[in-house]
Amino acid sequence: MAQPDNFGFGEEAALLKASARKFFSEKFPTSDLHALVAGDHRPERGSECLWNSKLWQEMVDLGWTMLAVPEAAGGVGMPAVAVAGLAEELGRAAFPCPLLGTINATYVLAACDSAQSALAEIAGGCSASLAITNQAGSWSPGDTDVVWADGKLSGTAWYVQDARKVDRLLVSASSTAGVGLYWVAADAPGITLVPDTILDLTRDQAHVSFDGVAAEEVSANGLAALAEAMPAVWTVLAADIVGAAEWQLQTTVEYVATRQQFDRPLGFFQAVKHPLVDVMLQIDQTKSLVYNAACAIDSEPERALQYAHMAKASASETAAYASGRSVQCHGGIGFTWECYVHLYFKRQKHSQMLWGDAAWHRARLADIVIGPLAPAGS
Amino acid sequence: MSDSASKDSPEQAEFREYCRTWIEANRPPDPTVRLPLSALEIMTTEQLSYLQAWQKAAYDAGLVGCDYPAAVGGGGRKDCQRVANEEMLAARTPYFPNIIGLGMAAPTVFYHAQDELKERLLPRLFSGEDIWCQGFSEPGAGSDLASVQTFAERKGDKWVINGHKVWTSLAHFAEWMILLLRTDKSHKYDGLSYFVVPIRAALGKGVTVRPLIKITGETGFNEVIFDNLEVDDSYRLDELGKGWQVAMTTLLHERGAGELQTPRAGGLKSKGSHATTAYNLIDFARSAIRDGHPAAQDPLLRDRMMQQLICEAGLAQNQRRARVPALLDHPMRLQLQNKLLASEISQDTAALALEVAGASASLYLGDPNAPAGGQWNLAYMNSYGMTIAAGTSEVQRNILGERVLGLAKSK
Ligand SMILES: Cc1cc2nc3c(=O)[nH]c(=O)nc-3n(C[C@H](O)[C@H](O)[C@H](O)COP(=O)(O)OP(=O)(O)OC[C@H]3O[C@@H](n4cnc5c(N)ncnc54)[C@H](O)[C@@H]3O)c2cc1C
Repeated sequence: MAQPDNFGFGEEAALLKASARKFFSEKFPTSDLHALVAGDHRPERGSECLWNSKLWQEMVDLGWTMLAVPEAAGGVGMPAVAVAGLAEELGRAAFPCPLLGTINATYVLAACDSAQSALAEIAGGCSASLAITNQAGSWSPGDTDVVWADGKLSGTAWYVQDARKVDRLLVSASSTAGVGLYWVAADAPGITLVPDTILDLTRDQAHVSFDGVAAEEVSANGLAALAEAMPAVWTVLAADIVGAAEWQLQTTVEYVATRQQFDRPLGFFQAVKHPLVDVMLQIDQTKSLVYNAACAIDSEPERALQYAHMAKASASETAAYASGRSVQCHGGIGFTWECYVHLYFKRQKHSQMLWGDAAWHRARLADIVIGPLAPAGS
Repeated sequence: MSDSASKDSPEQAEFREYCRTWIEANRPPDPTVRLPLSALEIMTTEQLSYLQAWQKAAYDAGLVGCDYPAAVGGGGRKDCQRVANEEMLAARTPYFPNIIGLGMAAPTVFYHAQDELKERLLPRLFSGEDIWCQGFSEPGAGSDLASVQTFAERKGDKWVINGHKVWTSLAHFAEWMILLLRTDKSHKYDGLSYFVVPIRAALGKGVTVRPLIKITGETGFNEVIFDNLEVDDSYRLDELGKGWQVAMTTLLHERGAGELQTPRAGGLKSKGSHATTAYNLIDFARSAIRDGHPAAQDPLLRDRMMQQLICEAGLAQNQRRARVPALLDHPMRLQLQNKLLASEISQDTAALALEVAGASASLYLGDPNAPAGGQWNLAYMNSYGMTIAAGTSEVQRNILGERVLGLAKSK
């Protein structure tokens, strides 16, 4: 299948992206974000889950969690490029909420064979998160410490994103038959949620223990469903990173254009100007790769995996570089809790590693493009 | 169906079919001489004649200058040069020799010359019968182009030109030169004017062209000395003192950011030529033995090859996104990145190829054991031509920082 030249980014997608930008800039300026999540600066502040659930409900009412759900399952059935556009705006606002987790779940569920009722719950307003990572933090989908036996889940899922905000969990677990996927209420009896203390102030994270928890099997072949859905998970996160990096660039450019030293605005100096240009170059490449990957999900599925690895590898590099420059170019003020820059710095450091860092994605890409690495010693 | 074919207008679709059929039937035979990596390194008349014959054939068939009006020798089509380019690139035809003419002189003449001059100059430019060169840089004026000192003094309806141009690519074959010079010494920018000059006709009569040898050992660029050359006022483009504005048209197109698509064939993708691309590098790594081991199995090299592959894909997708207004926040942002990215990415790819080659990276053109005949070394050195010419990478970053990000001008 061939991709349309314009990434399939049509009028509907453009409208959605523009209205999302307006939504966040009007209802949730960065000053609100800072007031919401940065009240307590103490290093040992512990784990918190600070968010604006009223605005989140508005997002749910706008149908944003159902964008990727097929129409047949009660969703909006928008293409992945439209979802990427929304994720970009979410990243620009660094809005704390389980939007990406829920959208991720819809992508995985759409690849499962008995997920109609789970998708209907999301269409009905439920939020969700993927519980598919083991204690070792493996990025290979399917590596799980949770076991499915006798219709019950046991064991612990690690690094669960926005766990305290969501209604449902989509859990991967191994059984004698392989790896399956299971749908369960986040507060079901037998579930213990232990919040992690994390750097990022715009998310929460937890490990979730299951002690003989009854759940609904949505797929017995979880590896296949995850393989189909992960390109979208990576691409949507990469889009979030692009939006956040745009905020970092714009904010830093505004600062160096106004701040004067040596009788000139800082942006005059090439040691400041050129790295900011490099941030822009990286953002633009990542953004182009994100829409290419998203478009492949819609219309060139045989290439989606390869393109998604490219997009997330590029995004992780962009997250790291844009973050470093945003703090450095702000000087002392950028090193303070008071300056908004740290909110994005921390979100980006989290996103950089989430679902695979740059080197991991490049190694997978090399396996596809060059062929697998021979086992050591051979 | 190719990606781009799927959104062709009816005119483009029909033209694409025509191009494909024509190229299929008229592909030139393989050259009997070694062709250089690009037209900028053409050294011999054998190389030149082969490439000129190809450009003429492509022009006669309507594949060059498609979007220019018929009155100036163009095809009178709309947005069709891109189609012809895509088909010529896909068919891996040879490249065109008259690249400065097609990429810089043609749009400049088209937008700034009198009708009569356009009608006279452009057809032979498109056909490649007249090779063009660009007389901008001087010993004292490189990145700071507006400080050129070559001077034209008025003498009736003629001008008398004196000065010294350097790095003038293709001047040794050129009939015509686009020439940026000074007509007024008291104003830096407003003292500049722009001419087209028939330099070949004036060789030995006011014009001297001397080859300069490149870092690779190849020739291709020259110094050009003007010693009381008389030219007619009718060869002036636009108004007196407007040279800088005219030069901006040239530079915009040179950097691939202009209105008119430059006719482009084969290029680095030509059959039998050596392309500095990540895929080529990966192919090379599959067979390269480095420190006794297959390079393609070295995890660090694999990682770096993927970095190059991703950068290349990012550039290609930038070019695609540049045509989707809904995904752009600033109209010139992607266009102005093109040249900088393309030149730096291929430089890094060539540099990595030399690391992949290991000990054999020491072998150069002509050594029987040199990987790819020494072409990676050649490509690596020539890549600096690309990061220096047409606005150095540093100057490109200034432009991007100032025009796109709005940061304070360094000068
Ligand atoms: C292969 C090749 C082909 C060429 N063909 C042509 C041609 O056909 N016609 C023609 O007119 N010219 C041609 N040129 C010349 C080319 O345009 C100039 O070399 C280029 O503009 C740089 O000028 P310069 O060589 O004087 O270097 P300089 O301007 O002296 O620069 C030297 C170094 O200083 C840096 N630098 C300069 N100014 C700044 C600044 N403001 N900020 C930061 N860094 C700066 C540069 O980036 C560079 O690294 C060609 C050059 C090459 C290499």
